[in-house]
Amino acid sequence: MEAEANSGSPEDSWAFIQKPGEGCRTVPLAGHVGFDSLPDQLVNKSVSQGFCFNILCVGETGLGKSTLMDTLFNTKFEGEPATHTQPGVQLRSNTYDLQEGNVGLKLTIVSTVGFGDQINKEDSYKPIVEFIDAQFEAYLQEELKILRVLHNYHDSRIHACLYFIAPTGHSLKSLDLVTMKKLDSKVNIIPIIAKSDAISKSELTKFKIKITSELVSNGVQIYQFPTDDESVAEINGTMNAHLPFAVIGSTEELKIGNKMMKARQYPWGTVQVENEAHCDFVKLREMLIRINMEDLREQTHSRHYELYRRCKLEEMGFKDTDPDSKPFSLQETYEAKRNEFLGELQKKEEEMRQMFVQRVKEKEAELKEAEKELHEKFDRLKKLHQDEKKKLEDKKKLLDDEVNAFKQRKTAAELLQSQGSQAGGAQTLKRDKEKKKTREEKSVSDGTCTTPGKHPVVPCALVVCAV
Amino acid sequence: MDPLRQSPSPSSSRASSPRTLPCEMLGYVGIEAVLDQLKIKAMKMGFEFNIMVVGQSGLGKSTMVNTLFKSKMCKSTMPGLGVPTPQTLQLQSVTHVIEESGVKLKLTVTDTPGFGDQINNDKCWDPILGYISEQYEKYLQEEILITRQRHIPDTRVHCCVYFVPPTGHCLRPLDIEFLQRLCRTVNVVPVIARADSLTIEEREAFRHRIQENLKTHGIEVYPQKCFDEDINDKILNSKIRERIPFAVVGADREHIVNGRCVLGRKTKWGIIEVENMAHCEFPLLRDLLIRSHLQDLKDITHNVHYENYRIFRLNESHVLPRGPGWVNLAPAPASVPAPAGPQASPGPPKVCWWAKDNSDEEC
Repeated sequence: MEAEANSGSPEDSWAFIQKPGEGCRTVPLAGHVGFDSLPDQLVNKSVSQGFCFNILCVGETGLGKSTLMDTLFNTKFEGEPATHTQPGVQLRSNTYDLQEGNVGLKLTIVSTVGFGDQINKEDSYKPIVEFIDAQFEAYLQEELKILRVLHNYHDSRIHACLYFIAPTGHSLKSLDLVTMKKLDSKVNIIPIIAKSDAISKSELTKFKIKITSELVSNGVQIYQFPTDDESVAEINGTMNAHLPFAVIGSTEELKIGNKMMKARQYPWGTVQVENEAHCDFVKLREMLIRINMEDLREQTHSRHYELYRRCKLEEMGFKDTDPDSKPFSLQETYEAKRNEFLGELQKKEEEMRQMFVQRVKEKEAELKEAEKELHEKFDRLKKLHQDEKKKLEDKKKLLDDEVNAFKQRKTAAELLQSQGSQAGGAQTLKRDKEKKKTREEKSVSDGTCTTPGKHPVVPCALVVCAV
Repeated sequence: MDPLRQSPSPSSSRASSPRTLPCEMLGYVGIEAVLDQLKIKAMKMGFEFNIMVVGQSGLGKSTMVNTLFKSKMCKSTMPGLGVPTPQTLQLQSVTHVIEESGVKLKLTVTDTPGFGDQINNDKCWDPILGYISEQYEKYLQEEILITRQRHIPDTRVHCCVYFVPPTGHCLRPLDIEFLQRLCRTVNVVPVIARADSLTIEEREAFRHRIQENLKTHGIEVYPQKCFDEDINDKILNSKIRERIPFAVVGADREHIVNGRCVLGRKTKWGIIEVENMAHCEFPLLRDLLIRSHLQDLKDITHNVHYENYRIFRLNESHVLPRGPGWVNLAPAPASVPAPAGPQASPGPPKVCWWAKDNSDEEC
């Protein structure tokens, strides 16, 4: 683990000017050229792009992580307090859009949930380390892409890790030591003593000294505020001595004197959050946001990320030992990636094809079922129709029989009547005529003979009249 | 069709962000202080700027650079009688550090003596394109190292100022050829050189004709329309685009005019003041290059032109056969103009090459 000072190696400042072999000299200007607006141009560009800052809060449940975030950023972030019954450590990440003046900040707060709650805490640090690595990995993937959009990429790498230490007043817990040791090469750690209103002032100084000595003796590298630039060197230097900060978080405002201040009220007094004599909250805010935000981001990018990248690429088996092989090896990565990507695409295509075929089959089966049902229904209905028809025909037949029988009886009755009334003469004639009529009707209704049947009848009647 | 990569402009709002919730801050937090932090960091790091001037000899390129940066950057090349004109185009780079109000700028000026001076000027743009590609290559090599430097030295050409001779007619075939090739790899700002030989009306007419020519041949000069992000940029850049190419006059001698000491050229019929907007458009050029768009020039070079080069480079290495020559990625001089090679014929750029940038399906 390199012991590079946090204050940026000297190659940072103006190195490309002082490089040997570059014959460039300073030339005096004869007038105002105007490039002193360059920092402003740069700042304007950054403002239009917006900023992004990611904080990771690591600490046991109930140490006031969410409250501290709310207090730091003067707002109420959504979220529910976690329970103590989580089976493992998880990380909860939320992104917020903050706007102050014309500066837009995309703030991501990642919090550990269930840290320190398990009985066996051996693996507690693993999810955290994995999360941080995942963010680095995502950035690395984006950077290695051929068609990449780095300037538009939402940087999710953790810029600052606030490690919440429980206010026991004795020393660091072994869980804390182990976790911090695992994290110090991956992220900028800023240890803070949470809920520090539980410790008295004298105990606090002893506690801080104990913590710092433990960190040093265990080789844990926490983030040192940079002291190379004169404008901030002094304040950063003094602040470095106050680490770890003892903070209190509170979102409640109480009236103290004639102002509303964030404070916590106890029966024995009120603790003011923004009072430097009471706690180090103001120092934390100054350091974290107002003075060193940019430096934290820069350290994450140029130290932690570069270390991760180097380890990852070396893991893949690439080195830059000789000048010929360095681009070579990365080209191999590209080819390997490309093949992998194509392979994945093919696999996906296959999957989709399978799914498609399956769906088609299912649909076909469904349709067949429906068809069968329809056929059955049709058959059923047909049968029903036939039954009905048959019944009706039977009934019709019965009716016809009855009609026939009735007609026969009627003729028989009429015959009897005509025999009885032959002496009647005209009446009989009339009756004959009637009978003949009915006979005709009968014959007509019987369908036997029509007109020819008439002839023999009529002359008979005439003959009878002549007589 | 847009020859330049149709990517979202360099600093537009993030597209790939996670779901964010807007939050109201109930009091002052101090996030704005990050701007000051940025400024301090930038001043400490210093700035770099690389400019290339291209044009035939005698158009006042060196003088122009001296006037722009108000110092003796380049020696005006006036070959003596006995000195033969250079047979091939040679690129000369000088680097100076200039400081103003605490802001340090490392300026590199690349001059191109001999451009367009030969009888046969065929492929005279190749060395220039080769130089530009070489700078991109250097940066790429640095970037793909495993252990890389904290700050990669940036020698990429951020801006190419092309000097158009004041014929008063229209762009010559040489100009058109060159501009077509160059506008795809670098930000080009064409200027009408030695504009003191044109009257104001002739100047306007010439400018219009040049703008027509540029449009006909699909040449996109800086500021490119496709990178305007918002309405303010559009308005500002449209004003600039109306005046491109600027008619400039360069001078490095001072004269007394009305009691003031001004930079100008003294002739028998008057003194041409360089910084007077009524006389020439030098202030516009200076403002564009230095005072307002310098950062933008660098951003577009980094986010667009360099990325295009990188894509091309990383893609083509798959095409190269594995063999003894494969390991060495530094391109041989013959293949250097490869980025412009496929489009040997002028005219609309081939769809296949630029389609790679435009299509998102490519890996």
